[in-house]
Amino acid sequence: MQDPNKRGSSRRHFLKHAGSGLGVAAMGQLLGVPASAGQQAAARGPHFAAKAKRVIYLHMAGSPSQLDLFDEKPALAKLDGKEIPTRFIENERFAFIKGVPKVLASPYKFKQHGESGANISELLPHLAGIADKLTIVRSMHTEQFNHGPAQIFLNTGSATIGRPSFGSWLSYALGSESRDLPAFVVLNSGSYLPSGGASCWGSGFLPSVHQGVRFRSQGDPVLFLSNPEGMDARTRRRSLDALAQLNREHLSDSGDPEIETRIAQYELSERMQTSVPALADLGSESQATLDMYGVTPGQASFATNALMARRLIERGSRFVQLFHWGWDSHGTGPGDDIMTSLPLRCEQTDRASAALVADLEQRGLLDETLVVWGGEFGRTPMNEERNGSKFFGRDHHPHAFTIWMAGGGLKPGLTYGATDELGYFIEANPVSVNDLHATLLHQLGLDHERLTYSHQGRDFRLTDVAGSVHRALLA
Amino acid sequence: MIPSLTPPAVRPLPAGSPWAPIATLLLCLGTQPLFAATGAPATALQADTPQVDFKRQIEPILEQHCWKCHGEKKQKAGLRLDTKKAALLGADFGAEPVILPGDSSGSRLLQVIAAEDEDERMPPRAAALDSDQIELIRQWIQAGASWPDPTSKEQGLFTDHWAYRAPQPSPLPTPGQMDWVRNEIDRFVLQRLEAEGLEPSPEAERETLLRRLCLDLTGLPPTPQQIERFLADDSEQAYEDLVDRLLASPHYGERQARAWLDLARYADTNGYEKDERRSIWRYRDWVIDAYNADMGFEQFTLEQIAGDLLPNATLEQQIATGFHRNTMINAEGGVDPEESRVAAVMDRANTTGSVWLGSTLACAQCHTHKYDPFSHRDYYRLFAYFNSSEDVGPGDGPRLLAPTSQMQKREELAVAELAQLDLELSAWEASMETKLVQALAEASEREADWKQIVPSTYTSNEGSTLALLNEGTILSLGGNPSMGTYEFSFELPAGPALQRLRLEALTHPTLPEGGSARSTHQNFVLSEVHLDLLPLQAGAEEVPISLARASADYSQPGTPTWPAQATIDGRPGTGWAIGSGVGQPHQLVIELEAPLELVEGRRVRLRLDQNYGGAHMLGHLRFSVSSESGDGSPPFDGRIVQLLREAPLLGGEHDGVLREWFLRNTPLLKEPRDRKRELEARDPLPTTLVMRELETPRTTHILERGSFLSPGKAVTPGVPGVLPQPDADSPPNRLGLARWLTSPHNPLTARVTVNRLWDQVFGRGLVGTTEDFGTQGELPSHPALLDWLALQFQTDDWSTKRILRRMVLSATYRQASKLSEELRKRDPQNRLLARGARYRVEAEMVRDIALSASGLLNPNIGGPSVFPPQPEGVWQITYNADSWMTATDENRFRRGLYTFWRRTAPYPTFMAFDATSRELACLRRSPSNTPLQALALLNDPAFIEAAVALAGRSLRAPAARDEERMTLAFRRCTGRSPNAEEQRVLLQLLVAEREHYAMDPDAARQLIHSPAALGTEGLDPSELAAWTVVCNVLLNLDETITRS
Repeated sequence: MQDPNKRGSSRRHFLKHAGSGLGVAAMGQLLGVPASAGQQAAARGPHFAAKAKRVIYLHMAGSPSQLDLFDEKPALAKLDGKEIPTRFIENERFAFIKGVPKVLASPYKFKQHGESGANISELLPHLAGIADKLTIVRSMHTEQFNHGPAQIFLNTGSATIGRPSFGSWLSYALGSESRDLPAFVVLNSGSYLPSGGASCWGSGFLPSVHQGVRFRSQGDPVLFLSNPEGMDARTRRRSLDALAQLNREHLSDSGDPEIETRIAQYELSERMQTSVPALADLGSESQATLDMYGVTPGQASFATNALMARRLIERGSRFVQLFHWGWDSHGTGPGDDIMTSLPLRCEQTDRASAALVADLEQRGLLDETLVVWGGEFGRTPMNEERNGSKFFGRDHHPHAFTIWMAGGGLKPGLTYGATDELGYFIEANPVSVNDLHATLLHQLGLDHERLTYSHQGRDFRLTDVAGSVHRALLA
Repeated sequence: MIPSLTPPAVRPLPAGSPWAPIATLLLCLGTQPLFAATGAPATALQADTPQVDFKRQIEPILEQHCWKCHGEKKQKAGLRLDTKKAALLGADFGAEPVILPGDSSGSRLLQVIAAEDEDERMPPRAAALDSDQIELIRQWIQAGASWPDPTSKEQGLFTDHWAYRAPQPSPLPTPGQMDWVRNEIDRFVLQRLEAEGLEPSPEAERETLLRRLCLDLTGLPPTPQQIERFLADDSEQAYEDLVDRLLASPHYGERQARAWLDLARYADTNGYEKDERRSIWRYRDWVIDAYNADMGFEQFTLEQIAGDLLPNATLEQQIATGFHRNTMINAEGGVDPEESRVAAVMDRANTTGSVWLGSTLACAQCHTHKYDPFSHRDYYRLFAYFNSSEDVGPGDGPRLLAPTSQMQKREELAVAELAQLDLELSAWEASMETKLVQALAEASEREADWKQIVPSTYTSNEGSTLALLNEGTILSLGGNPSMGTYEFSFELPAGPALQRLRLEALTHPTLPEGGSARSTHQNFVLSEVHLDLLPLQAGAEEVPISLARASADYSQPGTPTWPAQATIDGRPGTGWAIGSGVGQPHQLVIELEAPLELVEGRRVRLRLDQNYGGAHMLGHLRFSVSSESGDGSPPFDGRIVQLLREAPLLGGEHDGVLREWFLRNTPLLKEPRDRKRELEARDPLPTTLVMRELETPRTTHILERGSFLSPGKAVTPGVPGVLPQPDADSPPNRLGLARWLTSPHNPLTARVTVNRLWDQVFGRGLVGTTEDFGTQGELPSHPALLDWLALQFQTDDWSTKRILRRMVLSATYRQASKLSEELRKRDPQNRLLARGARYRVEAEMVRDIALSASGLLNPNIGGPSVFPPQPEGVWQITYNADSWMTATDENRFRRGLYTFWRRTAPYPTFMAFDATSRELACLRRSPSNTPLQALALLNDPAFIEAAVALAGRSLRAPAARDEERMTLAFRRCTGRSPNAEEQRVLLQLLVAEREHYAMDPDAARQLIHSPAALGTEGLDPSELAAWTVVCNVLLNLDETITRS
């Protein structure tokens, strides 16, 4: 049942059994104060003991080719250039492929790595170096095969626009552990935002305080963070003092507790003016750390964002969402093929992704942090050849793709699930997007069936009406 | 918790009762389940028995905690709690009753869930039920454990729901304190207050009332003149006159439209990945006009839902159907057009349900609604009304040319003037022969400066083959690389020093579309030109030749530009291109820094880098050199040069082209020609998206699980079965639907609409869930009043102005919003209306207040959407290079509702203040209070500009003292004068900043940038800066952005 208070934020009987968890205090102080008097934010803490406290999600927007990175298929080499057997593509719809497509072998070599023997392609040498820390799922599947809907599905558990994203659910459930940074932060690299746009980090029908706060890589990390030119910190301080006095004066006159909240938010905004630049200032990082990630200070990159992600969770953010655009390897030209473009994307992300896991481990943070890497769907075992293109590329493929995860109480060194000989369909242990969410929530101490919010007469969940925890993935 | 709604079952509990702590707790928190339990249906408001709603309150508890072991799959201890029969029979498959209706303490169910002993408690090895859940179950059993039979769900279980019964007239209440009452509304409100033992609040200060009315009715704060006028008018009629003035203001329509556009999900782009622009602002303006004309809500509904189907539909009526063309369009590559079309139709059905019926139908698109009486079939019958429109994704048709009458007039004038100009110009043509011959001779003379050179070597480094043609030109053939470099070498004959090099990009029939480039777009990008002097002897160094200037007869306009000069700027990312001038020969002339002496055997190398990609490569080239220095005039039209080379005089086949060229270029005709160009470049008439019906309607099928790939049974258009049905002769199309929506039998539309208007002026609907009148929604706080308003609305011809007028004239509306400690405890949400409402204004109004207070506001109404300042990088859209061009003219300061609305990247400051993306209808914005709002108000350049302008205005005011200026500025922001303490704080700040900026004039100048636009020229920068700081504070006051 939704609290119908028009000027007050919606609030639910949420996690009825939870005591007053850490979240209550933390949330109330941060971006999480809903308008209207005396109402608490929703955060109440987990349902049961949590293995993980936070998430870093590395979303490879556009979707990397699992067949060239993780899911080696020698049969593709045998059939390379031949038409794919029709049994695979009966009743199939493709985004761009027309007619009967031809199989495309991977031009890249695979090798077993580490004690676990994880099979990883030569395009990801750094990841291969930490193979034993990874939990690789080769049997992910989705229901959507266009970028926008598929990204929204991956991020919100439903392809329908208007549902809260994973990060906002988590902000709602657990709040932030930081006094002066948002619970849910979004970082973007690679020229464009994801196709799904702001819906990928929207709060849907949850109170808007739970939406992801996009830290930008140009200008102020948070919009309007800097004082205007010509107004120094002392002038601002004097202004804020005057403002607080005037607001307090009016509070005593009107009695509206909302004014109290506003006074507190101005104080917090001032703290953010210090905390956010401090967060973004990589000067305190050692050269060794910068090198490990491949960060060039002052240069926007995936590596910089990966390092920022670590700094954010160190400071108490709950969910850090990275997007790196450019994996949409259709093969219409060198800018989006698997010979030139795919290796370039790997180069942009491989070192930093591996460094992030290793760095978290070094700092003792990996146990409590879930790191997830993956796209919104997979890519076809066939060459796309759009308009007869001579560049090699693969079309969108919802039936099977690979992600990897690390930390947060997952079983390291595990490769889970299997696809058929061409990597077309899943043959063992399929993991749906809702399953993935259920499993991640489980590690965060949340029962995906009990994490609900009532909206327009229905109890909604991140996992919609599906999803189950894959216990085989858990340590 | 609202005391009157508190059930006796809770209220009279003795202090020692075991339930007392819970009751107290619930009382304080206003906890929802109990609230719902006690908020009885409209007619039962006075009844005392608490009603627990099984479906809403009990079943979810059972489902969550019990069914896992006592449900369909498992029946531990032989107990099943998911069906009525089995549950009431009890454990051991019916041998052991666990629920004794009317006897909660004797019921085993209650005993086990409430057990202290963990070994006994249910559910086992899990957390206990919340105390409020236990209490609900106790109440439910005590009240008889009513358990509606689920199989009867579709047969009218819900027809009892208050909202599905027609509004009932009731006699006007007669409260005791009749002298407080100003109109009917007050009688309902006061009666309720008296029953609660509450007094209404005193009337608010006149200044407060003025600002409240201005904001509620026009969305703009009062100006100092309005304040003076109102305060000076102490007649009886003053208040009413003010209301009438505001309702007659053209800004009234803007205020109403702002709210309606959230429901209409109006935006200026298509949404989804590409999120391209669309033109539908004429719909936005239609809404403003309709409100200003006080179009009855009946007609307002009819035109928006079915304007296109009206006999002899006017342009305006068709524009109105844009309401349902505001759906998103997905133009992503792999989208199935049918999937996209179905998604839009679903959105239309859902939006219609939410906006007019206050009902959430979306659930029923996959399955029969869980709570409300809408079946899967009902949904697709409603869907069917919208399923025969012409539009299909991913295109954006049907569109209509939709000029305003003013635009239409201007267009007609322009067309007439153009015809006149053409006549004049052709008259000139006849008499121009000699002048033309002269001009051609001149052109030929200029051309004679040039001497063609033919490359001795020519290579392409990536895939294409260069061939030398008979005319000495070079053609690119064969492989078509994305990008690359052409390299040529020339042996230059001895002669006068070389000053200029010319490169002609010629057309050729073998190139795409017979153009001059290798790309299918016929455009090329010449990124860099390098010219090197090759050594005379082998082994010696080659020497780069410095290039001074590059010019072309034409280069591609737009953003970014592609000028000739870019070919020698050393930057590989820029270049010369000819987009919009493709298909014609063009020429590029490069002047050398210093004349190049030509001795025997001199060789130069020319390299042409073409880095753009996508085969934007030159196709056909001719080279020439000149030993004359250029006279600064731009190179000749490449096309004419070529023609003159073929036939230097008139009398050939090219005469027509030459004449046209001459007429276009001769200075003799500059004036009429310029005028013609100006007219030809006029803005095209706007188009707008409209609904249009297919000639043959589509058959609608129930879609299983909502999937367009799983059509089930066919259905005909129709309205939900639970509601009164349309007349038998009602047409089965949108026209029939629209008429049904506002028919007197429809129990929902009028109630939902007046409730939304109530929400707008009282800060909260009589039904708090303005979007949900279903069984999961809130019950009305004043059911009889809601019905009275709904009926009055219809009696008043559905006039929005008249019903709003009634609301704001009431004594209820005029109450002060001061929140006493008692009221804060008893009625934090103000459901009883014992005080005025106080809340932060909506996003667009935050902007409008700042613009209005500072005097920057451009009050123009309507027109294409505008681009006020927004931070760089907010627009960054996949596969879309569209960019935000910040307005530097008067459109910089338009009201918020005109700001361009891009769905994937809405205006950030609006988002910070809880606006939504408009991807879907937003029925109610969810207000927040965040530090991001503080940062935006403090630092957003748009608000800094407002602070500067307000400072300038204050300094220019004819006032002698700081105090007077301060009072004026304070008034512009808050509508009232500051008290002594407020004056003191502000003056103290002013003094400090005055001192600060006097010592740091550079900082002052930085703060007050762009004085011209802000009307602050000539003011002392330091003084202006000090006042800017103060005004920044004023614009940030809670009171400034709050309606109280």
